[in-house]
Amino acid sequence: MSIHNSASDMPISPRIPKLAAALFAKPPEIEPARAVLLTESFRATEGELTVVRKAKAFARILRGIPIVIHESELIVGSSTLAPRGCQTYPEFSFEWLEAEFDTVASRSADPFYISEETKAALRAIHPYWKGRGTSDLAFSLMSPEARRAIDGNFFTPGNYFYNGVGHVCARYDKVLAIGFGGIIREAAEELSRLRQGARDYARRAGFLKAVILSCQAAVDYAARYSSLAREMAAKHDDPVRKTELLEIAAVCSRVPERGARSFRDACQSFWFVQQLIQLESSGHSISPGRFDQYMYPYYIKDLASGAVTPETAQELIDCVWVKLNDLNKCRDAASAEGFAGYSLFQNLIVGGQDEDGRDAANDLSYMCIEASAHVRLPQPSLSVRVWNGSPGELLIKAARLTRSGVGLPAYYNDEVIIPALMNRGLPLADARDYCVIGCVEPQKPGKTEGWHDAAFFNLCRPLEEVFGGDLSALVTYDDFYAEYRRLTEYYIELLVNADNAIDAAHAERAPLPFLSALVDDCVARGRTVQEGGAVYNFTGPQGFGVANVADSLLAVKKLVYEQKRVTLEEYRDALAADYWRNPSAGDIAKRVAEEIAARGANTDPDAIAAAVIKAARVGAEQKAQGDRLLAMIAELPKYGNDEPEVDEIARAAANIYARALERYENPRGGRFQAGLYPVSANVPLGAQTGATPDGRLAGTPVADGVSPAAGRDVNGPTAAANSVSKLDHAIASNGTLYNIKFHPSVLEGESGLWNFVAFVRAYFDRKGSHMQFNVVSRETLLDAQRNPGAYKSLVVRVAGYSALFTSLSRALQDDIINRTSYQSL
Amino acid sequence: MSETGVIFDIQRFSLHDGPGIRTIVFLKGCGMRCRWCCNPESQRREPETMSVDGRPRTVGRRVSVAETMDVVLRDAAYYRRSGGGLTLSGGECLLQPEFAAALLAAAKSAGLNTAVESAAFADTAAVDAVLPYTDRFLLDIKHMDSAKHKAFCGQPNERIHGNAQRIAESGDTELTARVPVIPGFNDTAPEIAAIAAFAKRLGAAEICLLPYHGYGAGKYAGLGREYPMGSVRPPDGGTMARLAEAARGAAGVRCRIGG
Repeated sequence: MSIHNSASDMPISPRIPKLAAALFAKPPEIEPARAVLLTESFRATEGELTVVRKAKAFARILRGIPIVIHESELIVGSSTLAPRGCQTYPEFSFEWLEAEFDTVASRSADPFYISEETKAALRAIHPYWKGRGTSDLAFSLMSPEARRAIDGNFFTPGNYFYNGVGHVCARYDKVLAIGFGGIIREAAEELSRLRQGARDYARRAGFLKAVILSCQAAVDYAARYSSLAREMAAKHDDPVRKTELLEIAAVCSRVPERGARSFRDACQSFWFVQQLIQLESSGHSISPGRFDQYMYPYYIKDLASGAVTPETAQELIDCVWVKLNDLNKCRDAASAEGFAGYSLFQNLIVGGQDEDGRDAANDLSYMCIEASAHVRLPQPSLSVRVWNGSPGELLIKAARLTRSGVGLPAYYNDEVIIPALMNRGLPLADARDYCVIGCVEPQKPGKTEGWHDAAFFNLCRPLEEVFGGDLSALVTYDDFYAEYRRLTEYYIELLVNADNAIDAAHAERAPLPFLSALVDDCVARGRTVQEGGAVYNFTGPQGFGVANVADSLLAVKKLVYEQKRVTLEEYRDALAADYWRNPSAGDIAKRVAEEIAARGANTDPDAIAAAVIKAARVGAEQKAQGDRLLAMIAELPKYGNDEPEVDEIARAAANIYARALERYENPRGGRFQAGLYPVSANVPLGAQTGATPDGRLAGTPVADGVSPAAGRDVNGPTAAANSVSKLDHAIASNGTLYNIKFHPSVLEGESGLWNFVAFVRAYFDRKGSHMQFNVVSRETLLDAQRNPGAYKSLVVRVAGYSALFTSLSRALQDDIINRTSYQSL
Repeated sequence: MSETGVIFDIQRFSLHDGPGIRTIVFLKGCGMRCRWCCNPESQRREPETMSVDGRPRTVGRRVSVAETMDVVLRDAAYYRRSGGGLTLSGGECLLQPEFAAALLAAAKSAGLNTAVESAAFADTAAVDAVLPYTDRFLLDIKHMDSAKHKAFCGQPNERIHGNAQRIAESGDTELTARVPVIPGFNDTAPEIAAIAAFAKRLGAAEICLLPYHGYGAGKYAGLGREYPMGSVRPPDGGTMARLAEAARGAAGVRCRIGG
């Protein structure tokens, strides 16, 4: 059975499990080198152009940061000495880290070890950054209303407020083709063409010099690895490892300076790009994109010449996969809850169409899936593009990986995403060449600054706000709906205000010359990506809780306006009291006190007793009333069951969000576009959300992505998928996320695989955009909660990414367990 | 489409009652009373009240072909991609032959694969009514000994076997034999071998052995009836493997365990 169910077709090199085991040998650690070097450089460059200072700091970091080549590695380049360690980025924000120095090692979500020496080193340099961070400037640029809305948990732009932006797919193909040497030559030519009398000469020239400096820094960094490998080889006794180290030395002396000559060169060159973008800035979701496409020419050439075999090429790919898990990022405690699982969201996508509309799947597409089956680690976030011409065997190969229970890959629909991108102004060829960033966000690689993860917007909060206003004016359901819409649109405007403030702060304080060298058309435009240098610019804040809003609006429509079984005021009071389920001691005491006050502050014991009894009776009546209301709500149709009326409300509610956003522009000259996905924020942000009219209790998770609320979809996966497919996925062009959990029995046998693929294809025929699966039994997850030690390698799908189950907070684990699991019927 | 019938459930995303992803429509009413029946609420033709989780629920409703197809066709995309479609089950769906035939005809005209899951205890005319629209016939064959059949199922088996012959000879449909393996009834190698030999003579493409389970026990309580199987345990994996081997050995027919 285990052989039959294996997702792997090729034997795994013994090197790979060794590398993977070494990664997880100890908990991740925070290291200070980058922050110290950065600060030294910044102290020495006061008064220079910011982008040049950034380039000089980057160069200093790459010259001075300790480097290491781990045992058995073929692909080298580590940002920290300890595996899975992280550096810090005080130029974005640092106060949170210092405040969490003593708790970061013991917190529930994504703990990091930090030594006393590291704390001391960081404490010494942090004062320099006081008031100089992007977050300081962003805060000062936001309107007071926007700040209040953030405090009120309507939305949270915390990700880019505290960190770099990331969320980009760079021109890996270009580095593979011409190397950083070629990019330096291009920038130098551009520089030589500038006229010294031009009005923007100083900025443009400064930017181009910064590009050249940072690309040269990358070349010099590789040279350090080349020297280190040679030194290690000289000392090594084992002839096999000695040869490997000499090969590493040779490769790192060629790339990434020059174009890749071999598949091995290409893998190493790719890796330096991938690693160094993440050393320049703390932005996550640095997505390799269409790895199977840009690596293919090097593979096929080496295969023809005999320089690689499918097996040796597979080993190199597997090595890259392991390295993608070596990078890490420490976030503030609240953000760590929202991105739980140490995830870096390095989304790598295979298959789909090429620019000319032909199917693009090739041998590497299969080998990438194979690599994920081999390493069984959360990174990369593997994705598969699906279109009508996708070969069945590619999808079956993907389905076998899905069946193995790692939560990979995610499936994306070309037939929705390509038109959606064209609707945002991309020409057909660029739209066809899309990749996915982070969780679910499509973009044209190498040309886009998408700001894809711009904020979390809680669609339930404006609904709460409706109940906080003047209800007497809401005579009809249309009035109620219009008020929800008005408030949602109001808070969207504030979200835009906050995002644009942060955007401006990044342009001012965090221009990234290295990344800008790798995104078109920064060099030609003479501007960083942060200043609008990219060809396509977007801002994509993501809404979540569509299901709760839809079920809530339907409940109000039916119970208040059509059936008139409850008044809006009664509803409001029930929501405020969490459906009267758990009257707090304070509530009871307050009622008793009110009763006594009403009796004229009488302290006669009998009067007090009477007051207590009355208060208790009122409590019991209210509880019964709350239960009756919950029972009425339970009888109503719910989103996720293929019920036309509530599904239509869901579509309309999602469109309120998406349509309002697309009216706004960002400082880079691009538009806002909505996403509908939660990462894992539906749990922590749900904890800040009061009871909602759909019967959801206060503090419980809000529905994730576009998925039905947990446990409410009772008509099976086709009915649920039909409901979800009725949303307008093309308008939510920053991506929608649909989570499905299957019991392993559904995918059993060959017919199970084919039926699974048919299920995905049919959802896509109905114009759904994305699907991801957890194939795991409830019993397994419960057992993993009880015996985490036995399930250290259990990988599950969280949102747009997979993570080790045992690394997630208890609340998030519970949320995953409680998602509806479809059995085979 | 104006035909009506009584159904007690519609189950979407079924993977084991015919090819691909399917929707099963369960028709109410059955002429047999098999002791192990896991859907006792399917036996009477009329709607009835069953207690589910302590709450009374009406089981069974009269529906038209049009409204049934409205639900069935919601999953058209999944059938198209998987080669699936509609399966009629029961109860005994052949006891409502006009309704059953109309449903199957509607499904066929919508391009769906159609299947009937039946024990064929019905008039031969009913069999003839559905055959032209039935791509696959999942025929229950429970026992070759008529007396034992009557003792456990409430009816003898001659009429069933006659209809089986009719289905096989029609050439209209692909026949799969399904055998519920019931401890104390037919769970011996000779009994299973005899059924397999009969299935082979019918030209069945495949024989499926379905191990007894007691999941329906709670429903008997909900209907205020006694569960005839008491605490009988399901056959273990070893027994099932042995019986499957017996079926293959006796008839050289393809045999698998489960739907």
